[in-house]
Amino acid sequence: MAGVAIENWKEMIRDPKIECMSRDEMSALQSERLVKQVKNVYEHVEFYRKKMDELGVEPGDIKGIEDINKLPFTTKEDLRDNYPFGLLAVPQDKIARVQGTSGTTGKLTLASYTQKDVDVWGECVARGLVMAGLTSADRIHVCYGYGLFTGGMGLDLGAKALGAMAIPMSSGNTKRQLMCMEDFGATAFGCTPSYALYLAEAAQEAGIVDRLQIKASINGAEPWTDEMRKKIESILHINSFDIYGLCEITGPGVAMDCIHHKGLHVYEDYFYPEILNPADQSACADGETGELVFTTLAKEGMPLIRYRTKDLTSIEHGTCECGRTLPRIQKFTGRTDDMKVIRGVNVFPTQVETALLSMGGGVAPHYMLIVDRENNLDVLTVMVEVDEKYFSDEIRKLDELKSKVGAVLKQALGVSVRVKLVEPKTIQRSEGKAKRVIDNREL
Amino acid sequence: MGVSNTIQQLSVFLENREGRLDEVLKVLAGNDVNIVALSLADTSDYGMLRMVVSDPHKGRLALKEAGITAMLTDVVALRVPHATGSLSEAMHQIVEGEVNVEYMYAFANGSDAAAVLKSDDPARVIDILKGSGFSVYSADEAYRANQ
Repeated sequence: MAGVAIENWKEMIRDPKIECMSRDEMSALQSERLVKQVKNVYEHVEFYRKKMDELGVEPGDIKGIEDINKLPFTTKEDLRDNYPFGLLAVPQDKIARVQGTSGTTGKLTLASYTQKDVDVWGECVARGLVMAGLTSADRIHVCYGYGLFTGGMGLDLGAKALGAMAIPMSSGNTKRQLMCMEDFGATAFGCTPSYALYLAEAAQEAGIVDRLQIKASINGAEPWTDEMRKKIESILHINSFDIYGLCEITGPGVAMDCIHHKGLHVYEDYFYPEILNPADQSACADGETGELVFTTLAKEGMPLIRYRTKDLTSIEHGTCECGRTLPRIQKFTGRTDDMKVIRGVNVFPTQVETALLSMGGGVAPHYMLIVDRENNLDVLTVMVEVDEKYFSDEIRKLDELKSKVGAVLKQALGVSVRVKLVEPKTIQRSEGKAKRVIDNREL
Repeated sequence: MGVSNTIQQLSVFLENREGRLDEVLKVLAGNDVNIVALSLADTSDYGMLRMVVSDPHKGRLALKEAGITAMLTDVVALRVPHATGSLSEAMHQIVEGEVNVEYMYAFANGSDAAAVLKSDDPARVIDILKGSGFSVYSADEAYRANQ
């Protein structure tokens, strides 16, 4: 019950020295960090040493941030090939924690953090919390999942860095979430935007909106629209903010939008963003859409050089109305691959194929994914063809097959799916690039 | 061709989409396959159409050509005299014989009725029924029922 209209908003900035730094000063800081980081990875990470040797680039060739385009790229496949600890730049005993996300082939994408990396992560999230108008006096209800997924831990670390109170709810059980939110007097909450809207509507239905003390929500890990934000804001009378991150880089806290919602401010002192033309990887000008690529300038555990996120967006470097000079990336317009984010979980269609093949019969490895949003929650339906050999006139047997497929897919994707059995040979066969996903969510 | 004791049911998997049942019936009609009896089971996702037809093989091939998944299933068609309690008695014998019945449907056949039974062991069902004084329709009888 404490949403603030923009005209009454008092902007707070946690680290004005960094967040409002002039372009020249920021470039100097980035240059200094990049030079050091490149030397570090060349000396300590075999993968980068080899890649740089192949390109004929030596650490000494990198004199400043403007030389970044001489450096090799890193892809999700590289992370997979070096899974789990092949890209560490420090001895393993320096690793304080790992976090992960689903990968393309059933294996996780794992990120390793030193204690300093964990502290930087918390600091970046804390900057975002302050951007959302929060202080050490606030109580932050975290209904992101805790675990390998970075959402829960990220917000928790941010609350800790800020000195605020964290309420580690984790996800699920909406009734209990609302009860605790009310009883503990939470003043802010963090979760995926779709769950935020679901919670908001549940609170409204239960008639408890007036009893909540929430003033802000921090929502990310899946794409959402301005309309969705406004809906959450108007139901709960709060201000909602978009937080972005990926575990490879650090987790939530790579970028966040301010009250002006003119794009997400990237914490470029730690995570250097490039927007590159997907066709030839040349740099895009401000406002031009391309692939977002990050270099972790100060990461110790698993530094990444020019990591290709495959997210498509554009960037603006002008000073924001909030006073920050941190560049802003726009909401994503798509991906260079076919990854989908379902309830905060990254899902690749090829994972479905791999899982179906692993069943060793029963269904054909032809499938169609349909993503819908029902009651503000993502629903993934997987259409699979019944193998002619396994076709049965007994519904019990077909239902058993359906449950088995459902269990295998849930295991592989980390998200529950609805299985719909369809007749053999009715799903379009791939001729070149078949369309495997229909996304009915209006994002 | 000897008298076969089990009969072949034509089973068709039907996705829940508009006009699918109509399509199936049209294909069968167009190929002169007469439907003697049918049962349609529905689930939230799909339907299962089970039929006794005049020529199950021909029916299956015709459907296959039309891109419709169909299979032949061995079932037993029990002759049920029109007397109260006769089906109950037959079922009692099957239960005693410890055979599991997956599903059943019935149709009138002249002065009697036919109960089509799907079990995990059709041969045993026939033995049990015949052993307790019931009769089963041969394939030829079933496929030409009421004609």
